[in-house]
Amino acid sequence: MYCQGCWIAACVDKGYAFLSKLREQFIWLILIFFLSACHHQPHNNPYPSRDDKANVYYGAFSTPPKTLDPAKSYTVNEAQFISLIYETPLEYHYLKRPWALKPLLAEGLPQIRYLDAQGLPTLDRLKAKSSEYIIHIRPGIYYQPHPALARDTQGQLVYAHLSPAQAQHYHQISDFTQTGTRELTADDFVYEIKRLASPQVQSPIYGLMSGHIMDLAHLRARLEMQMQKNPKTPLDLRDYSFSGAEVLDRYTYRIRLSDPYPQFMYWLAMSFFAPYPWEADRFYSQPGFAHQNISIDWVPIGTGPYQLSQNNPNALLQLIKNPNFHREKLPQGLAHYAGEELPKIQGLEFYSEKESIPRWNKFLQGYYDQSGIGSDSFDAAIAYNAQGLPELKPKLRDQGIKLQISTEPSIFYLGFNWQDPIVGGADPKAQKLRQALSIAIDMQEYIQIFLNGRGQLAQGPLPPGIWGAKTGSDAFNPFIFKKEQGQVKRRSLAEAQKLLTEAGYPNGIDVKTGKPLKLTLSIASDSRIDEGTLYTWFIQQFAKLNIELNIESTTYNRFQDKLNSGATQIFFSGWLADYPDPENFLFLLYGPNGKVKYGGENISNYQNADFDREYLAMSRLRKGPERQAEIDRMVAEVQEDAPWIWGFYPVSFQLSQPWVFNNHANPLVNNALKYMALDPEQRFKSRLARNKLAVWPLWLMGLTLGLIMVCLWYLHRQQKNKKPASISIKGKGPLC
Amino acid sequence: MLIYLLRKILYAIPVILAVNVLTFMLFFKLNSPDDMARMQLGQKYITTEALMGWKKAHGYDKPVFYNTQASSWHAFTDTLFFEKSVKLLIFDFGLSDSNRDIGQDLKTRMGPSLAVAIPSFILSIVLSIVIALFMVLYRNTGFEKFLIVSCIILMSISTLFYIIGGQFLVAKTWHWVPLSGYMPGWGQFKFIILPVVIAALSGLGANARWYRAIFLEEINKEYVQLAKAKGLSGFQIAFYHVLPNGALPILTGVVVLIPSLFMGSLLLESFFGIPGLGSYTIDAILQQDFAIVRVMVYLGTVLYLLGLILTDLTYSYVDPRVRLE
Repeated sequence: MYCQGCWIAACVDKGYAFLSKLREQFIWLILIFFLSACHHQPHNNPYPSRDDKANVYYGAFSTPPKTLDPAKSYTVNEAQFISLIYETPLEYHYLKRPWALKPLLAEGLPQIRYLDAQGLPTLDRLKAKSSEYIIHIRPGIYYQPHPALARDTQGQLVYAHLSPAQAQHYHQISDFTQTGTRELTADDFVYEIKRLASPQVQSPIYGLMSGHIMDLAHLRARLEMQMQKNPKTPLDLRDYSFSGAEVLDRYTYRIRLSDPYPQFMYWLAMSFFAPYPWEADRFYSQPGFAHQNISIDWVPIGTGPYQLSQNNPNALLQLIKNPNFHREKLPQGLAHYAGEELPKIQGLEFYSEKESIPRWNKFLQGYYDQSGIGSDSFDAAIAYNAQGLPELKPKLRDQGIKLQISTEPSIFYLGFNWQDPIVGGADPKAQKLRQALSIAIDMQEYIQIFLNGRGQLAQGPLPPGIWGAKTGSDAFNPFIFKKEQGQVKRRSLAEAQKLLTEAGYPNGIDVKTGKPLKLTLSIASDSRIDEGTLYTWFIQQFAKLNIELNIESTTYNRFQDKLNSGATQIFFSGWLADYPDPENFLFLLYGPNGKVKYGGENISNYQNADFDREYLAMSRLRKGPERQAEIDRMVAEVQEDAPWIWGFYPVSFQLSQPWVFNNHANPLVNNALKYMALDPEQRFKSRLARNKLAVWPLWLMGLTLGLIMVCLWYLHRQQKNKKPASISIKGKGPLC
Repeated sequence: MLIYLLRKILYAIPVILAVNVLTFMLFFKLNSPDDMARMQLGQKYITTEALMGWKKAHGYDKPVFYNTQASSWHAFTDTLFFEKSVKLLIFDFGLSDSNRDIGQDLKTRMGPSLAVAIPSFILSIVLSIVIALFMVLYRNTGFEKFLIVSCIILMSISTLFYIIGGQFLVAKTWHWVPLSGYMPGWGQFKFIILPVVIAALSGLGANARWYRAIFLEEINKEYVQLAKAKGLSGFQIAFYHVLPNGALPILTGVVVLIPSLFMGSLLLESFFGIPGLGSYTIDAILQQDFAIVRVMVYLGTVLYLLGLILTDLTYSYVDPRVRLE
């Protein structure tokens, strides 16, 4: 034995001593464990026990927000936080369908004036060349308490002029001892619109809005010039005049558009147009703050019902009630507290949950108040009844869990690239090929296999709930379905084969070349689905017409590159509505929005002069029979042209615990939590009932451990009683 | 010793640079700056101008390694690689692509990572050694066979199974601990106990079998025979004689891992909702945040090299016959 190894032997000695101490501690731990089993609090409670009966909503997020800046954020997962902190001039009515706008920060809906070429008001939207929106905001609305708004007795901002040395003392927003507020004014709305043009903000909608808001592109050019001159000096947007948005008085502002764009009204319900105080920009631009994560991306400042009290995107986003929140009442028609002041919930806590299994199980244990249903837990939650309707499984129903189903304002489809020589273009043969494929590919089967039935078969580009979308048994695509004995049925495969023959591909053989028809489907790879099964399914669907399918699965970015360059033939894609107007779906097929030629959102590069003309008229018409007729014509045209294989409108299933009230499924309302209420007492009781401690496994473990110890003791005894072995040295015989 | 250390550190510099070059090459082979901009700006209404604007604001508008527009040495310095790497080498991590201070995030996330990694590391080693010694002590008995079969079973099961199975049994069915989450301070005990046990268990089979092989080699040596002849019990021989002598090869595999504990566990942190550096890396990869990815790769390299140097130092400390020259 090496004497240097003694330290290890010493360590072993110390280890024994430590273990014997630990053994005592362990006994105590076991005792505490058993004793606390009698205590009225579940052991698996992930929250502090002081919050057991708190009026706090518990939710989860899987992807941490990248920014909470209202001018930058454009994702659904960020919108759920932003819409509770910031408010917009307008919002969607919580209960009404089809979706309708109502004033939020505005006194009423904006006054819209359409102007002709001479700048004179006109009532004819079709002849209008520009438009303006005059918005009156409600007085007496105040921002949440925030250090950026703290002022001293002389009225000077307390934290606006910190030296780098002073700024170093602040590591988080709670380090600022003083906070302040001020009244919301029209300047704040105009300031935010200017921020959309700021190169320092990089708003994702700048490109779109510069085509609508007057002077926005010019403002951007001036700001860029200023940044080139003084790259390190923060921009003060108040110094820049801007004709696109102007303050008319303390509570009124005007937005001027370079075109008549009636859908602009819907943008006023999106966070991009939420008010923003200039003081915040001054505050956050101070040296060193960005390196402490003190920025508008992470510490928002709004007028909404809640304010962010803790932003740890790694673990927890905590919101508390905004003490300065203005008076707003719960709408009539809600089951609970209708007419009372909102919000009813005092705080909101969202925990990071990256994996779906623990998130789902925590919902079942009562630790999350609401949950979606992942595909891996679908069978445990939902069963289809004899009528084919989804229902909660009895175990969940008995716990009082509520299911809400809603069709989302979005569509998924298989698109044909209009520029492709085989499947694209207005040529009747290509049209017949597309129609044949539309009949053969059974998207209803796709919904059943890959979405657990959570989808509604699409008949055209407009999802139900969008104004102008037709529903009912007569609203079917006559080129794919037909009505037989009062029932809508998919056209037969024989009809598809007939169309294929007329297209010049009898039995899937190209008559020109005599070779089998081969098509290519481009898909953005998605790790959430079983891609092997999906691809096999697609190949089988095309094989119904003896068409060979090649699948090109790439990353999302490569997929985008292919769409941009038109290097696709058939592709799988989708669209989630920005606003509930048919224009927001039909523009996906408008020629001048073509992706390859114009960089727009028409990724199938569809071109149809009639459709384009009708689109321009439809987009400007008021809601009414004339507009409906225009929409019907457009839908009929694209149904015949079949630039897309109309896939499905996703259907979302949302579960709520029995102690959650006023939950109304509304995919366009991101701030639904301000309408909701909780019963914390019921939640606490239910958690206790659902999370009873199982003690028997401890006994089992103890028994197993005991058995092992007995075995060891037996072996030890055996070894001890064994006759000592004789020791031999090689070649020298036994020593003893 | 000092010269040896200096030489090792000098050797480490080209390794770090090479890893950095490789990270740049691989990342930009898979993700162009346009892809990164698209990821940050969203998927709708993105114009070429918007992409350019984002790239310029985040310094991704330059060529990766060589700037053909620049003259002389500026061709190398006015590049993405140079600008992003120089600061990294002096541990100035800067801001992530979503404008969060990476250094600040590392500080915050290191605690939760270590809270799981250190106890599971210690538990795994201690248990593995004890089991290996028992296997050696009771070799050629049914008990040893039982332990070997158990080790093989433990080795054959995927970590993911341990995690999902552990969560199902301990947290979901028995309700002993929370399924996931984290709380700083003393409250973290109930959150980390299950991941710690699972992490220790998942490495137990392989480690115990490896240590058994080491101890078996020792048990046949003459000093053990002598110890037996002196009448020492098997237990004393195993723990006081075999363990200290077999510790040297164990140290080789163990010390090199110590610095890497800071990097956290990708899978465990993700499933148990532990806001550590493992989940930080996963998030960065998913969000194509190159600023974070290169920092994590760089730190991983530095810590691994540090582990190798530490191993050498430990060797010379434990076995004086080893000289660092």
